[in-house]
Amino acid sequence: MHGQRPDPDTLLASLQREEVRAARGRLKIFFGMCSGVGKTYAMLRAAQKERSNGKDVLVGVVETHGLIETESLLAALPITAPRLYNYKGMQTSEMDLEGILARKPRLVLVDQLAHSNTPGSRHPKRYQDTLELLNSGIEVFTTLNVQHIESRADAVRQITGSNVSETVPDSVLELADEIELIDVTPEALLERLREGDVYVGGHAQKAEESFFKEINVTALRELALRYIAERMDKRLRELRITTDGQTVWHSGERLLVAVGSSLSSKRLVRWTRRMAASQGAAWIAVNVESRILAPEAQSRLDQSLALARELGAEVLVTHDTDVAAALVRVAQQNKATQIIVGKTSSPRWLDAIRGGSLVDRLVRLRQPIDIHIVPPERIENAGAWIDWAVASPSSVREYGEALGVVAVIGLAGWMLQATIGYLAVGMFYLLAVVALSLRVGRGPVLVAGIASALIWDYFFIPPIFTFIITKLEDKVLFGIYFVVAIITGQLTARIRAQERNERVREDRTTALFHITRILSSAKTLDDGIFAVLRQADDLLAAQSALLLADRTADRLQLHFAGSFAIDDKERIVAEWAWRNRRKAGRFTDTIPSAIGFHVPIIREGRSLGVLSILVPREITLSLAQRDLIENMASQIALLIERENQRDAVEREKLLEESDKLHRVLFDSVSHELRTPLSVIGAVFENIDTADAGLRARLTTEGRIAEGRLNRLVKNLLDQTRLESGALRPHLVWCTAEDLLKAARDGLREALASHPLEVTVAGDMPALFADFSLTGQALSNLLLNAAVHTPAATPIFVTAGLDRNKQQVFFTVADNGPGFPPAMMDRLFQKFARGVDARSGGLGLGLSIVRGFVAAQGGEVEVGKNAAGGAMVTICLPHRQSEAGPKE
Amino acid sequence: MNPHRPRVLIIDDEVQIRSLLRVTLEGAGFEVHEADHGGLGLSEAANLHPEAMVLDLGLPDMDGKEVLRRLREWSQVPVLILTVRDSEKDTIAALNLGADDYLTKPFRGLELAARLRALLRRAQPATGKAAVRFGDIELDFVTHIVRRGGKEVKLTAKEYDLLRYLAVHRDRVVTHQQILRELWGPNAEKNTHYLWVYIAQLRQKLENDPHEPKFFQTESGIGYRLKLDEDI
Repeated sequence: MHGQRPDPDTLLASLQREEVRAARGRLKIFFGMCSGVGKTYAMLRAAQKERSNGKDVLVGVVETHGLIETESLLAALPITAPRLYNYKGMQTSEMDLEGILARKPRLVLVDQLAHSNTPGSRHPKRYQDTLELLNSGIEVFTTLNVQHIESRADAVRQITGSNVSETVPDSVLELADEIELIDVTPEALLERLREGDVYVGGHAQKAEESFFKEINVTALRELALRYIAERMDKRLRELRITTDGQTVWHSGERLLVAVGSSLSSKRLVRWTRRMAASQGAAWIAVNVESRILAPEAQSRLDQSLALARELGAEVLVTHDTDVAAALVRVAQQNKATQIIVGKTSSPRWLDAIRGGSLVDRLVRLRQPIDIHIVPPERIENAGAWIDWAVASPSSVREYGEALGVVAVIGLAGWMLQATIGYLAVGMFYLLAVVALSLRVGRGPVLVAGIASALIWDYFFIPPIFTFIITKLEDKVLFGIYFVVAIITGQLTARIRAQERNERVREDRTTALFHITRILSSAKTLDDGIFAVLRQADDLLAAQSALLLADRTADRLQLHFAGSFAIDDKERIVAEWAWRNRRKAGRFTDTIPSAIGFHVPIIREGRSLGVLSILVPREITLSLAQRDLIENMASQIALLIERENQRDAVEREKLLEESDKLHRVLFDSVSHELRTPLSVIGAVFENIDTADAGLRARLTTEGRIAEGRLNRLVKNLLDQTRLESGALRPHLVWCTAEDLLKAARDGLREALASHPLEVTVAGDMPALFADFSLTGQALSNLLLNAAVHTPAATPIFVTAGLDRNKQQVFFTVADNGPGFPPAMMDRLFQKFARGVDARSGGLGLGLSIVRGFVAAQGGEVEVGKNAAGGAMVTICLPHRQSEAGPKE
Repeated sequence: MNPHRPRVLIIDDEVQIRSLLRVTLEGAGFEVHEADHGGLGLSEAANLHPEAMVLDLGLPDMDGKEVLRRLREWSQVPVLILTVRDSEKDTIAALNLGADDYLTKPFRGLELAARLRALLRRAQPATGKAAVRFGDIELDFVTHIVRRGGKEVKLTAKEYDLLRYLAVHRDRVVTHQQILRELWGPNAEKNTHYLWVYIAQLRQKLENDPHEPKFFQTESGIGYRLKLDEDI
């Protein structure tokens, strides 16, 4: 036993599975060993029962194969009309997924989960349709035979000898909430078959005949039963994890499978998956890139890795020329306990050059890791040589070059051998081979080595014109020459391969590094997105686009930085990816006929948008490149997250600020309101009992309080008007006298104790100003002067025209204490009040003055007059009055 | 003695304003009727034939201006509108629609009563008079001669026209637009600078202290009023 308790990741995954399950529709699979056991029948019976319980049941697709009992069951259920396709002149019908999604029933019946859809459907496979139904919360009943389970496909082929093309990934079965095994004995099945209770119809019967041999059926039954048993076992374990953390969790095992480009890789992957499942172990699929692969090999590798990922493996790609060392390294890093490799059948001489077969080298590294070797299948015994040759493709030109060099040196050596001797010619050849290995591939170097050795022997080593070597020293020399030439060639070629790998890896790392750096330096979200998309364009020679979810509306908006003109059709694919949080379009299972590759941008479970990449038809993106795109998508997600956080922080700050302001406002407003209100209250309280003299005084006090309240409300309203930005000055022609009169009219009581000295310059022109805003500004200034100076001190008002500045001005000054120096820079702020403010007030006066004046294009200056009192000047733009009216 | 009690219709949605006005106006000798929304106000105006109306511009069911527009289709009853600050545009629009005077909230009840009395006096058929007197000034509509303290004052033609217009609408607010349209035609409605020039000239010629005008009053941002009634 390894671990005594479940590791946290497993526990978390198990819990998450529970969570997801809650939102997803239930999946029930009617499972059997082969056709004819009665899965469809059982499914229909179950559906009818659900329906009689009041559930909204809909038949998505059901094949009755003309069986009367089944048909009569089906007739009692509502059926979706199939969707018709015309594919290569053939009429085909498929389940109408869109129709069902639109109709939204509670339960849908989907027969034959492994079915492949007609090309042009939304998904290539029916199980993908089913997943979409489940994801939109619809419950699904479906049927499946054991031969269609991905991880059992090999076993079935070995049993029946026929290939299974339609398979369902194990992950889909793992989603099932319930798998009901429909079982009959092989004898009963064969009996049924003979009686025609299974499959009526011509060619189907023939095709299936070989399949239904009793021995086959028994083996398939065992496979089906074993699958169910394994599942039960796993369920039990899972149950234990979630319910009781202390229960024994026996498997700390981690399996590592080495995946290459060979044809048997897929089989190796499936094998490992089966083993991992039975051990309850996690597994990793590792590919070691040791050389550049031919396109077909690369695509085989990608498929195998994709399969591994699909089957639940963690996929890692690493680079090393020594595959065995790399595998051990990855195994150690990931704490793998078992390594699974395929037994390759490379020629022995090649293994000898490489220092033993992969298995030999692995064993030799002597790690405490179990090694499983899965034997290859017959089909690809010849593969390795071809693979090797293809692996370092050298052009005809390189071979030509190699042979050319050999020939030229031969010719030169022939002419010079009288003077330099035949041994020197050999040295020249050695030099040439070493030099060649720096320029051309492994093959040409090898050819050059062999050719030069033969030529040297034939033309130079005595006796010439024979391959015979007589002298012992010549023999030794020739032998050494041959070995040195070959080894040199191999070594340099290897170094070059390593360099090339290094370069590829470096390119990828650099790309990622670039993106990260750009993102961290991007000032705005748009900058960052722009940079990432351009990187995508450059690195992948692609066009890219970004669709972002609108924060409020439920739709996607195209970001301006994209270079990929997304049309309506691609948009639909992108939206699918966004809504279902899964990749869609090219290179995926969903609408692979689309031209773009659409990757959802997901952050903390929320789908924020879609990154869409368009590459030319003829180019296929490798798994690594697709990983890079996904990486970019998650970088963009991070970027958006960062932006959102920044917004949130700013909002927070703003809120805090406004909260502070709110408190200040609330405090002072409530104080300012209460004072006059209590005065008025007191007036009413006493007025009935007061004598005539007191009554007059009370009335005056009431009046003053009322005026104060009025001004307060007026100020607050003015400030609100200013801040709402709805202040539209209504400019009219008016005179300074009228303005000053209006300003004084509202302040009769406040100004009663202050003599007002008004000077209007003789050349004071008419003003083009907003009468009430300017009047209010002047009024505020007069009131300020009145309340901040002792009674009976005069207030000076001057109006005039400043011809230099083309401004008209009003100055209000007093002989009071002046503005406190500490206040000078806050004078115009809201709620800025002098420390010894006599009358209270909200400290809005000057703020309003400035606002009102600025709204008319003017400015306010504050200072001191000659007597040291406060002086405020309002300057308004002077406008030459137009030509007077004609009489 | 049973003096005539003029009927006044108040259209305002605020209960407290209505009852306060009722107290004040009844005390000042008016017969007060109330309506709390525009529709009722219009039908009451048709039933009661009030001699003056007080109309709040902010009503729940329809804009006060709309009430005014419909009223003016068939009635020339004097209307005093109640406005709030910051609604200069509405005030001007209402005056242009034919309101006779305005007060800005908050206002004093007594002032409202005085304004109403002035409106009622003006509504008396005084138009038959061939001359208007104010202070030591006499304006003869027939001879177009203006005298101050018995001596003739020379006025230009436009000055006279402006004086005559203000005198005909004495004690009423006339908006800039109304004057400009009357004197210079509809295209001159924006040329407010014409007005202050002539008002300043009239003040110079007819007021004792042109800087503290007694008769030629400026209504801030709205227009002018020739104020003859001491009540206002």
